[in-house]
Order: sequence, then structure tokens, then C-alpha cells
Amino acid sequence: MIAAASSVTIPSIHYLALLPVFTFFGASLLLLVLSAVVADKVRINLATAITALASIAVMVYAIFQWAYVSNHGATTTVAHAIVLDGFAVVGTFAIGAALLMSTLVAHDWAKRERIAGADFHILALASSMGALLMVQANDLIVIFLGLEILSIGLYVLVGFDRHRSTSDEGALKYFLLGGFASAIFIYGVALTYGATGSTNLSSISYFLSQNVVLHPGLLYAGGGLLLIGFAFKVAAVPFHAWSPDVYEGAPTPVTGVMASIVKVGAFAALLRVLISALGTQLDTWRPILFVLIILTCVVGASVALVQRNVKRLLAYSSINQAGFMLLGVWAGTPRGAAATLFYVLTYAPVVIATFAIVTLVGGKGDEHHSIDHYRGLARRQPWLGGALAVLLLTQLGAPLTVGFYAKFTVLAATIDAGGGALALVALLSAAIAAYFYLRFALTLYADDDVEGTRIHVPWLTGGTIALGVIVAVLFGLWPGPIATWVQHATLLFLP
Amino acid sequence: MHSSIYLGVLIVMPLVGALVAILTRKQENISYYVAVVTATLELALAIVVAVLYNNHLAGDGTYDFMSRHVLSAPLGLAYDVGVDGISLFMVVLTALVLFVALLGARERRREASFVGWLLLLTSFTLASFVSHDVLEFFIFFEFTLVPSYFIIANWGGAQRARAALKFFIYTFSGSAFLLVGILYLGFVHQHQTGGALTFAYSALANTPISHGVSVWLFIAFAIAFAVKSPIWPFHTWSPVTYAEAPTGGSIELSALLAKLGSYGLLRFAVGLFPLALPDMRPIVLTLAVIGILYGSLVACATPDLKRLVAYSSVAQMGFITLGIMSGSVIGATGAVLLMFNHGVITMGFFLIIGFIEQRRGSYQIKDLTGLQGPAPVMAALFTVVMMASLGLPGLSGFVSEFLILVGTFGTHAWWGAIAAIGVIAAAAYLLWAYQRVFHGKATGVNAAIPDASTKERWVLVPVVALILVLGVFPKPVLDRITPSVDVLIHHVAPTGVSK
Repeated sequence: MIAAASSVTIPSIHYLALLPVFTFFGASLLLLVLSAVVADKVRINLATAITALASIAVMVYAIFQWAYVSNHGATTTVAHAIVLDGFAVVGTFAIGAALLMSTLVAHDWAKRERIAGADFHILALASSMGALLMVQANDLIVIFLGLEILSIGLYVLVGFDRHRSTSDEGALKYFLLGGFASAIFIYGVALTYGATGSTNLSSISYFLSQNVVLHPGLLYAGGGLLLIGFAFKVAAVPFHAWSPDVYEGAPTPVTGVMASIVKVGAFAALLRVLISALGTQLDTWRPILFVLIILTCVVGASVALVQRNVKRLLAYSSINQAGFMLLGVWAGTPRGAAATLFYVLTYAPVVIATFAIVTLVGGKGDEHHSIDHYRGLARRQPWLGGALAVLLLTQLGAPLTVGFYAKFTVLAATIDAGGGALALVALLSAAIAAYFYLRFALTLYADDDVEGTRIHVPWLTGGTIALGVIVAVLFGLWPGPIATWVQHATLLFLP
Repeated sequence: MHSSIYLGVLIVMPLVGALVAILTRKQENISYYVAVVTATLELALAIVVAVLYNNHLAGDGTYDFMSRHVLSAPLGLAYDVGVDGISLFMVVLTALVLFVALLGARERRREASFVGWLLLLTSFTLASFVSHDVLEFFIFFEFTLVPSYFIIANWGGAQRARAALKFFIYTFSGSAFLLVGILYLGFVHQHQTGGALTFAYSALANTPISHGVSVWLFIAFAIAFAVKSPIWPFHTWSPVTYAEAPTGGSIELSALLAKLGSYGLLRFAVGLFPLALPDMRPIVLTLAVIGILYGSLVACATPDLKRLVAYSSVAQMGFITLGIMSGSVIGATGAVLLMFNHGVITMGFFLIIGFIEQRRGSYQIKDLTGLQGPAPVMAALFTVVMMASLGLPGLSGFVSEFLILVGTFGTHAWWGAIAAIGVIAAAAYLLWAYQRVFHGKATGVNAAIPDASTKERWVLVPVVALILVLGVFPKPVLDRITPSVDVLIHHVAPTGVSK
């Protein structure tokens, strides 16, 4: 008995590395307990305050973590399952910022819709915790855990608006397809373990660099299934079918969470798996990604052209954006990883701000999502409409916005890695996408309907939108700091 | 060498002007005056730069006013400026176009934002002309899309939304090829030297690349510049865009932004890929000649004045392309001169068409007749501009077209011979249009239009003056252009070009 107990060694835990995860976990637990003990529902102001504080705390930790990583280098903890490196720190910061912005938008939305209680906050905190785990994971099992924690929260959040049937439909669709994707992913983990003898990314990488896999079928099958799991999460064509319905059905602030936090988590994990664990198999997975990227970029941009519902339009737009983010992964180089990180980091605030405006225009009941409701918006409300125009131009990749440099960095990485043709196809898909972004922007400036209803902009949501616009324009004029930061972060990448 | 501060001020001043104009939007007229003052200072400074420019100083080739600062090493971004004889008069043209567009084509609706966009456009265009770094050029080249797009979309005619969209998508798609080409070249350079990522022009110009790569990159660059110029068959966006844009926008687009295309073709496509030229020359020359003939023919058949000038621009840009690709110093010098002259001439055309449109509410040829009677001064001014455009000796258009044709005959006689037909065709469509619009007997509304006002006459003074002066005394301009063109052409074709 004693002997058995003494043989269990608890792995050393680096608490600074896990502090962000604990914070989100603690905050969501606190709100859960509060919900149980208070007589009535938890006041929404309190819930928002706690969530916002937790996200700010996570962003502050990220700064300390950055200082630690800069001074001591990257490190692993909890038996090498969790990694603290520059890459994880940037991802952590992005998730903290994204949750903060989403919470502020959701706060005003919940007040408008008269939703009491802390349910949204608890679920959003839990989902973000999953995303944090994915960003920091150095083990396929931990990635899977993160993926599941992230997804389960979101399944509920998508169906949050019980009164709308599209919300229920979206939730069910997301749950069923998401469940399949998780199953495929975990099967991929199992096969990869079978082929390499480990689920730890560093060990897999080491094994593959030391051994020649004579019968690589098992490894290829495992890697392929992992890739499908990720492709589902980032909505890469042909695994995208769920996303327009889910984007449309989910309450709009939740759509913002899905387009930002999920992308940060999924792309960070995907980069780690492909570049650090399966980096030696680059020649095998590149052609698959090549096809995925071309399909994702072209289908996303083309199908968006015919959308009349703004949320569906933005869903296809985000599919197109995912294609660009995949470019950096395809490159498989430090430059590529940095580029994807740049893209995700700048896309998150922009897309949250975009969905914040969609939330406002959606009005009570969250139903005004036809493009006709945007007609003349910028004429009636120059600031709100102008902000949306800037955000759309940013997603287009127009010059003077950070979207331009985001596209620039991923294309540079692709061309550096010898993918000139791929870069060209992606860029031409951006030209197709320009058509619907600009048509949308022109609708905002239409002259014929200046007499519409004015939309009230609550100040928390307004602040979030302003933040998104500031990121878009400030770093569009001055991209140097972010470019340098992501480059350093990738240099501190633990292979 | 002169300080690069001059160029910095030229780039920043319109930005400051735009900011002040937006801040003063509440007071009537103030933003307009702010813009006019900025434009005047800008023009004065551009002329100072043109006068000071000295190509004999020890420096990089014939460049002057140079400096380079790396802004972001990971992105390869740098602020790198300098002018030589090729870009010098484009700088002057940029300032001149702003000045004339503000005075001659005032937009009273939401004026502050209109002049704001115009000033931004000026800053970006100027920055792309003075960029001595390929990536920096590309970025400013792309930046110009945003103000142009908003100017067309907000102040254009009935079809403005479609025109703006078409303009943006065509140019954006063209730039896609350019960006991929630039990045590819940058990485080839980096992999060869093993140093930092750089897009400095002189570094890339001396990067050894294989013949095949050179051809592909030339094609990628040329597509972007062909769309911008526009060169046939990439011109289809331009007639609708020029016609739907407000007068100020048409002037900026045709007189100035089109020149970014031909400037890019000469400086970057020709300058960076000499190995591609033997293969590419016949193709691009053929496209240029087709453009000259096609533009002239369609110009004969167009129903309105703005489209007429648009198609005539396709023909004129064909001449410029011909000179650039001729491979002779004389031809390329003529092309650079025509870039300036065509800018001035088109500016005159669109101004007068704008005046007519203001009076008649239409620029359809069928609505206009006999304007010479009620508006003799306007007719006279139009005549001067028209004669310059069709290449009457003694006016500016002649000098440049003559140099281009002489240069082309020396190296590619057949193309020169066919292109010369375009000169006759230009006479045909311009004179015919003039007849229909200004001759005959004016009746009804046409008889009642007022002649050019004093202010309108003054706006056209610089245009007419430049047409006359450069027609008889182009020497100071040619003296500044020729050495730089000489350096560039000898860099790309050291042994000369075979017939």
C-alpha cells in the first residue's frame, strides 16, 4: 500500500504556465457556485465583471509569462504535456482579449434580450479555458481535452436562444457534426499513438526523426484523421457545411466567439501538431493542405457572393479567411507559423467587432440579419456604419488596414516555402471576396434609405467596436510591432 | 545629393492637409481652402524639387534626394525614397493634378471628405512614384485604391457603385500577380544572399535570376501594370470608370493613376527583368499597337465625350507602352515625356468636359451641338488641347509622340509603322467629335450656355501653358529625363537591341 503510493510521482507543475487555465476555471466555478447559492439569478453586471476581470487577469499573466519565456526560454510542465513558449503566450493573450471583447458585447446583448443569470459567462469561460489548453498543449490527449471543453461549451451556447428554431437547429447540427469530428480526431490520436508509441508531440517528433517508418499507412491514417478533426473545427472546405447554419443560428455574440476564440485555439494546436510533431512528414501533409486551401479559399469566396443573410455571408467570409490562415500552416516554416499567428491575432478583434455591429443591427430578438437592414446605415449613423465599413475592408485585406499585412505575411511565407501558385490562387480568391465585401460596404453608403430606424449603441459594445477598429487601423499603418512580436514568439517555439 | 526631407514633406503635407480639412468640415468652405493652400504649397515644392534635381551628383545612378530606413525587418518593410529623371516629372504631375482638380472640379456635396480623399490619394501616389523599394512601391500603389474607390463610389454618376466595384476588383486582381511576383523576387534574393529580407530596388535589380523565372516574373508584373495603365485587352474597366467618376476623379484616374501603370512597367517590369525582354518585347509591343488602333477606332464610335477621352487614353497609353518597350533610349524618353504630356492633356479634356456637363447636365455628344457660337473661348481652349492630343507640331503631344515613333522605328520598324496609323486615326476621332459638339448651329439649351468664366479660364492656363511651352522648348525637361532613361535602358540592354 505504502509502496504503491510512493511509486506514484506527481509531475512537477509550473504554476505560471497553468495560471490562465486555472483563472478561467476558477471564475467559471465561482459563477456556477454563486448561481446555485443566490436566491434569485446572479446579477448580470456581477457576472460580466467577474468574466472581464478574469480575462484581463489572463492578459496580464500573458505579460508575465512573456517575460519568463524571454528570460528562461521555453519550457514544458506536467510531464511535458503542457508547454510554455512564446507561441502559447501570444495565443493566451489573444484568447484573453477575445473573451473580454465578447463578454462586453454579450453583456449589452443579454440586457437587450432580458436574459438574466450567468449561464452565458460560465459557458464562455469554460470554452475559453478549452481554447487555452489547446494553445498550450504539447500532447495529443491534452489537445483533445481542450477541443472537447471548448466544443461542449459552444454546443450549449449556440442553442442559447431557445425561442428561435434556427438556434436549436444550429446547436443540434453543430453537436452532431462536432461529435463526429471529435470521434475522428480521437481515432486519429489512437492511430498516431499506434504508429509512434506516444501521444506527446515532442516524443512523436523525436521518434519520427530517429526512425524510418517502413509501413507508414498507420501514421498516415492517424495524421489524416487528426487533420480532418482540425479541418472541421476551422471550417475548411469540404468540412465546412455546418458553419453557415451554425453561424446563422447561434446568438450573434456567440457567433463572434466562434469566429475568434475557436480559430485561435484550433490554429495554434494545428500548427503544433503539423509543424512540431509531424514536421518530418511535411511532404506528405502538404499536398492535402494544398487541396484544402484552394477549396476553402475559392468556395468560401464564391458562395459568399450569393448570400443575402449577413451572418451567413460572414460565415463564408470566415471560411475564406481560414483558407488564408492555413497558408501559413502549409508553409511549415517558422515564418509560416508566425504569419498564421499574426493573422489569427489580428483577425480575432476585427471579427468580434464585426459581429458586435451585427448584434446591434440584429435588434431585439436577434432577427434583422438581411442585408437590406444595412441599407444606408453609414448615412444615418456615420460612426457605426463607418466602423463596419472599415472592419469589412480589413477582412478584405484592403491597404491601410491590418488585414493587408495579415494577408501579406501569410502570402510571403507561402511564397518563401515555394508555393507561388498557391499564393496566387488564394490572392485571386481575395479578389472575388473583395466583390462581396465592397458590395456590402456600398450598401452601407446607399443614398436611397436614409430614413431608417436609428440603432442605439450601448457604450460597452461601442467600446468593443472601437477597439476592433483601432486594431484594424493602427496596426494597418504601423504593423511593425505585431510582426516583430509574432516573430519572437515563433522563435521561442518549442519544437 | 539633396536631402530626402523634400520628398518626406511632399508625402506628409497632403496627409496633414487632409486631417485639417476633415477637422474643419463643420465650417463652410474652410476645408476647401485648406485643401487649395495645401495643393499650392505642394505644387510649389514639387517645382522646387524639379529645379533642384541634379543627376550629376555622386549617388545611386541618377538618383537624388535619397534615403533609406528599415521599418520592420520581419516584413522587409522600408521607407526608401529618391527621385530620378523618370519619376521627377511624375512628382510634378501629381502635385499639378491635385491643384487643377481642386480648382477646376470642385465638389460641393460633402466637400470636406472629398478633398480629404483627394489629398490622401495625392500623398499615396506621390509616395509610390518616389519609392525606391519595390515593396514600398507596391504598398502605396495598393493604397491608392482606397481613396479612388471612395471618390468614385461617393461622388460619381448614376452607375457609380458598379463602376467603383469594377475598378477596385480589376486593379486588385491585377495587383495579386504583382504581389506574388515581388515576394518571389524578394525571397530569391534573400536565399541567394542569406541576409535579411529586403525589397530595395537596387538589391533586387542586381539579383541574378534564370531566364525562365525572369519571364514569369515579368508577366506577373506586366499584368498588374497593364490593368492599371490600361493596356489592351486589360482596359475594359476604364471607360465605365472614367465616365462614371466625378470630374475630379476622372482627372486623377486618367491623368495620374494610369501613369502608375506605365511608370511601373518601365521602372520595375523592364528594369528588373532584362532577361525576359527579348521574349516579351514583341508580345507587349503588339498589344500596344493593337491598343492604339483599337482605342482610336472605338473612340470614333463612342456616344459620349468622357468615353471618347477614355478610349483615346487607351490609344495614348498604347503609345507610351510602345516607347517603353521599344528598347531605345529615344523611345523610352519620349514615353516618359508623353506620360507627363498626356497627363496634362487629359486633364484639360476632362476639365472642359466637366464645364460642359455643369452647363448642360450631359456629356452625350448627341445632346451637344454648335457650342462654338455661345462659348467661343471654351471652344478655343478645347481646340488647343485637342490639337496637342492629336500631335500637331508645335504642341507638346507632338514632341513626345515623335520621339516614341523615332525610337521605335530604330528598333522595331514594323510596329512603329503600324502605330503611326494611330496618329491619323486620332485626328479622325478628335476632329469629328469636335465638329459634332462645337460646329453647327446651336439651338435651345445649347445656344444659351455661358462661355467659360474667368475662373475656369485661369484653371486652364497652366494646362495650355504647359502644352505650348513643352511643344516648342522641351529641352529642360528632356535634359532631366534622358540621363536616367539612358542608365535604365543600358542596364537592361547593354548591347543594344537588334532590329
